[in-house]
Order: sequence, then C-alpha cells, then structure tokens
Amino acid sequence: MRALLAAGFALAAVTAAVAEIAPEARRSGDDFVSPEIRAMQNDETANPGMLWVLQGETLWAGKAGAAARSCQDCHGDAVASMKGVAARYPAFDAVLARSLDLEQRINRCRTEHQRAEPLAWESDDLLALTAFVARQSRGLAIAVATGPELRPFLDLGKELFHQREGQLNLSCSQCHDDNWGKRLAGSVIPQGHPTGYPIYRLEWQSLGSLQRRLRGCMTGVRAAPFDYAAPQAVALELYLMERARGMPMDAPAVRP
Amino acid sequence: MARVLINFPQRAKRGEIIEIKTLIQHPMETGYRLDSKGAAIPRDIISRFICAYNGDEVFRAELFPAMSANPFIAFSTLATESGELVFSWIDDNGQIQSEIRQITVE
Amino acid sequence: MQLLLSRRRILLAAPGIGLASFAAPTGATEDTMAEAIRDLIGEAAITPGKVKLELPSIVENGNTVPLTVSVESPMTEADHVESIHIFNQKNPQPYVAAFHLGPRAGKAFVATRIRLADSQRVVAIARLADGTFWSGSADVIVTLAACTEQ
Repeated sequence: MRALLAAGFALAAVTAAVAEIAPEARRSGDDFVSPEIRAMQNDETANPGMLWVLQGETLWAGKAGAAARSCQDCHGDAVASMKGVAARYPAFDAVLARSLDLEQRINRCRTEHQRAEPLAWESDDLLALTAFVARQSRGLAIAVATGPELRPFLDLGKELFHQREGQLNLSCSQCHDDNWGKRLAGSVIPQGHPTGYPIYRLEWQSLGSLQRRLRGCMTGVRAAPFDYAAPQAVALELYLMERARGMPMDAPAVRP
Repeated sequence: MARVLINFPQRAKRGEIIEIKTLIQHPMETGYRLDSKGAAIPRDIISRFICAYNGDEVFRAELFPAMSANPFIAFSTLATESGELVFSWIDDNGQIQSEIRQITVE
Repeated sequence: MQLLLSRRRILLAAPGIGLASFAAPTGATEDTMAEAIRDLIGEAAITPGKVKLELPSIVENGNTVPLTVSVESPMTEADHVESIHIFNQKNPQPYVAAFHLGPRAGKAFVATRIRLADSQRVVAIARLADGTFWSGSADVIVTLAACTEQ
C-alpha cells in the first residue's frame, strides 16, 4: 500500500508541470460533496451556517466601540451596500499598501471607524460578520482586482500554491490541480476553490474561515501552518480567489 | 441567547399538515472529548425540545449526546387554529430558551 | 520523492475531532443496544415494519449525519404513533433521541442530524397508540477523514 501511494505521488510529481485546471473544467466544492450535504447547504432554513449569518445581521446593526457606531451607520442596508464585496476580496488597501482579506477589512473598520477592539480570528462574532457580508455576494461571480499593486501578492500566492511543503512534501497544486476528483482516504479531493467561505465544516461542527481551512491542510501535510493574518496566508487567499475568477460565490457552504 | 432558525408557513388552511424546521446554535458537548491537558470536557447538551401550540404540547424530543452540534429538528403538526407556537430548548442544567412565533390559520 | 510517514501512521495519528479523544470505554455494542431497547420496551414484541429509517449509506464525516424517520400511520385519535426512539450500535451510548408525537402531528415524520462514531447500524422503534412496537433500521458506513486539524 505504501509503495502504491508513493508510486501514485511520484506519478503526480512527474505530470505536475502542467498543473492548472482549464477555466471551463473548474467545479465548485458543491460538486464533490454528497447529495445530503448539498441539500443541507441549499436549504436556507436548514443550513447551519445561516445561524452565523443571522448573528451577523444583528451585529451589523449594533453600535460598537468608543465611536458608538454600527456598521449600518456608515454602510446602511447591507443587502445593497455589501452586494459584490466578498466577491472582490482580498482587496488592496492603499493606506496599508498591501492586500487585506474580508476578515481583516472588517477588523480595520472596527479599529479605525468604530474605535473598537478587533475581533479575534475564528471568534463567533467575526465569523458571523464575515458570513453575513459574504452572503450578500451569493450567486455573484468572483472578481478580485489584479492591478499592478497587487501583482507581488498574487505572485507570492501562486508560488506558495505550487510549493511543496511539510513532511509529506506535497504542494496544494499536487492534490487540487493534479488529483482533484480522486480519493484521499475516505474523502474526494475537491479543486480547492474558495467559493463558499466561510464554510460550515462538519469536521469542525462550526463555521470557519478560509484561513482556518488552509491551516488545516498545511497541518495535514505536516507543515507548520501560517499564522492567522500572515502575509503569506492572505497572498494565498488572493491567488485562490483569482484562480476561481468568474465562479459564483455561495457562502456559507457546508463541507464534510 | 443562542441563535435560532425556525421555519414554517405563517399562513395555513385549517386541517393542513405543516412542516416545521428548527435549528439552534449549540455545541452539544458530548462529555467524551478531552481538552489539551487530557481532562474530559464536561457534557453540556440540550436534552429536551418542546413545541406547544396555543398551550398544548404537540411535539417533544429527548436528546442525547449522539445528536449533532447545532441541533436540527424538523417535524409536522396539524394547523388547527390561529395563535402562537412556542418552541423551548432545555439544557442539562435546566436552562430554557423559548421562542414564540405566530401562525394564521384560515 | 519519499513518503516519510506511512499511510497507517497518518490514519492513526490523525483521527477526526469527534473520534480523537474518547474518555469513555469503548462504546456500545449490539448487546448494549439490545439491552437499552429492552429497558425501554420491556418484554413486548417488536415487529419489523411500518417504520422507514433513512440515512445516507456512506458518509465522509460522522459528526452530522442527516436522519429521517417516518411511520405509516393515519395519525388519528384511535390509531397514531406515540413515540419514535432512535438507537445506535457503536457510539458510547446506545440512545440517540426519543420523539413524542400524537394525533396532532398530522403525519409521523421527524428529520434530524446525528453523530455516528463508526460504521454501524441505527435502529428506530415506534410505539403506537395500541401499545404495539414496530422497528426499522439502516446501516451507515462512516469513512475516515483524510486531513484533520490535530
């Protein structure tokens, strides 16, 4: 068995040079889950992720921080103002001169405009706000900006995606470009598009962010995972979104 | 207050069977998981769920740790008359969370 | 390239969160389940039939397995389902849930989501108003997740 697995990956390594999935061959993670999970996801009244969306809706209207401002005070009705936002994140922040993902943008609003403490990564409140904002991009095509200012981050992300890592010495690309659709233990390998984030993952029994999932993958290949909000993590997120350009968002997805 | 999602048709005909879907945010800690120090994380689950229709109990469930986190329970009831549906979730410590919803039956 | 960890070690080293660290002794067995059923029902006969228990035949993750149970019954005052009890074979405890219905239910139907620690049989027992017990069962294969967060 070990020899077989080794041979399998050796083969993948040889053919890895070609890698990228053709645009028309790209499929959402929805296609790789069971019908029961798909049904759970598509029923708004039964999708556990919607509990966080509901929570986010309440937080949106709640005043916070020394400025005693709510998201709503500046942004109004989220259904209108947040439409399409999640589909173009990570985005470039001119002041910080780097790309920020949605969680970081929310926290920046909190610290700069609400003058409140930033919300901790993977905290219920941050997940709720991210899920609520992401929900407003449902059905919309992913369209991150890729101007020259974002080039270095995109290039870094692409490099990280193709770089072997960890004790298992595997790159993201080897599983998600070269071996998607095949099985790893009991799971089908998806293509790794971030269309559904933040996701309700059955493994976590909770909603979680893309960064949490990436850290999980890195631990899976026995690599030291990126810290939350590490520049490499955000660069990788940017590359993943660019790789999924044009695919419709459907947060919050349900995944095994 | 845990987040709750309750769904059923707000208007129904007398005698119609309506389906009610409920979802509540709760970790349903089984009591079998160990923390990083090896100590068992204490059990903390919702152990009872009751639906009352204008004061009459129409559905009740006893739940055990084998129920998933963020418990989802869907069941049906006859739309008998207009009024109030009260949903109550009771945990191991006897703490109750109740939600009230209106129904119009013509 | 070399695989530095054998597959077997990966599987042993990285069980899912729900499976990772059971403090309890190894779980229920066919006997424990039978005992729990007897505790509930006493010496009454259980007839297979009328109860349709639906679960996916194979799941990638045992944390959230959708379950639907329905019982053939007119749900009248005279002839209805009083309760449906769900049991499992291999979790630490045999009891999963008990649902109490009655003629106001309209139909005997419940959908929920359960945890299954391993591949096993799930049994649903319905108690009718006339005091009879009926059963249905389903077998579920729970596969092991490949990459977990440990």
